[in-house]
Amino acid sequence: MSETSALVIFIAAIFTNNILLTNFLGMCSFIACSGQIRTSIGLGTAVTFVLTMTTAINYAVYYGILISAEEAAELGRAAPLISTDLTHLQFIVFIAVIAAFVQLVEMFVERFSPRLYFALGIFLPLITVNCAILGASLFMIIRKYSFIQSIGFGLGAGIGWAVAIVLLAGLRQKMRYSNIPEPFEGVPIAMVVTGVLAMVFMGFAGMVSIQ
Amino acid sequence: MADKQLACMTCQPKGLCGGRGLLTLKDGAWANNPLAIQILGICSALAVTNRLENSLVMGAALIFVCVGSNLLVSLLRKHTPHRIRMIAEVAIIATFVILFDQFLKAFYWDMSKQLGPYVGLIITNCIVMGRAEAFALQNPPILSIVDGVANGLGYAAILAIIGFFRELLGTGEIFGYKVLSGQWYTPNQLMILAPGAFFALGIVIGIFNAIKGPEPEVKK
Repeated sequence: MSETSALVIFIAAIFTNNILLTNFLGMCSFIACSGQIRTSIGLGTAVTFVLTMTTAINYAVYYGILISAEEAAELGRAAPLISTDLTHLQFIVFIAVIAAFVQLVEMFVERFSPRLYFALGIFLPLITVNCAILGASLFMIIRKYSFIQSIGFGLGAGIGWAVAIVLLAGLRQKMRYSNIPEPFEGVPIAMVVTGVLAMVFMGFAGMVSIQ
Repeated sequence: MADKQLACMTCQPKGLCGGRGLLTLKDGAWANNPLAIQILGICSALAVTNRLENSLVMGAALIFVCVGSNLLVSLLRKHTPHRIRMIAEVAIIATFVILFDQFLKAFYWDMSKQLGPYVGLIITNCIVMGRAEAFALQNPPILSIVDGVANGLGYAAILAIIGFFRELLGTGEIFGYKVLSGQWYTPNQLMILAPGAFFALGIVIGIFNAIKGPEPEVKK
């Protein structure tokens, strides 16, 4: 696994292993915020940024603190600051890191770029509970990525998520004029369309592959 | 009106759950089903339903976490400052998720491997957080437990339905036993792959809507 180059992981995370269409992460905001192309671009940008940064931070936290000394030695990494095995705390630590980071970004953006703050404002708090963010961090640990690979993966996953939501937003805008059976209006038809999108992305499957 | 009559058939008025037990149960599991009506927590509903077994374990996990976190949030509701309630809720939920994750790792390693990161992702499952925020913060502990069970059940039921059909159509098997004979049924691989999940959930929600009828005009 550790042989794959970061670029390959980056491409794969966008197309073949799209975090939304193959791993189903971040579905809640995907369905809820895909009404308009403009909002979906805003949300996609915010998710990409936060996802990349938190993957990097969580990488440092996991391999710097949480992992046990023996496991670190086994993987050929530097010894962690605390040699006790704290990996069972990874969920709570990761989510705390994500929440804190989002809060930080929010304050920073508000202070230095009020315009961007108003554009992204409502999306930032939503991101904390976007499971794509936590999911990417967990995948990074499970797949044992190196630091550079993690960043490639984080960036790719974020862009892949953004691409998917913008595509769906475009499709949903078109769908407003079509005649859909009543019980299927709204969310159900969005699901089915997402299914078609997922099929389209499966066409990329032969291109590159990770895991 | 019918709801009110339903409410106090078992509980005495002012009983354990203030006479609202059944109503809460019905609301969570059917009328306000978290998955099919409120469209919450769909990530895991899509990801783990390729086998019926996985769906059932995931349903159990959610019931456990939902009940536990509802109980604890409700017990602490008078001592939690309003400003930090979110982070308190997340911490409580994460605690229960870790408990379940460690349990799976200890006793059902294969299952833990198959579910992968999705057990951890219960933390960001909007259902648990939503119930803690919308229900447990305002209601006494016993009623909150009922609410947790109801919502967990509602979620688990839909998961089981989707898991059943995806495994049946995708492999022709249920729990790994051949049900649809290979002589006349060709397993449709698509159902256990990603697109099948989207189709299945979309169709289930659509059918749910059709049975329930159009949303009654809001009487506010």
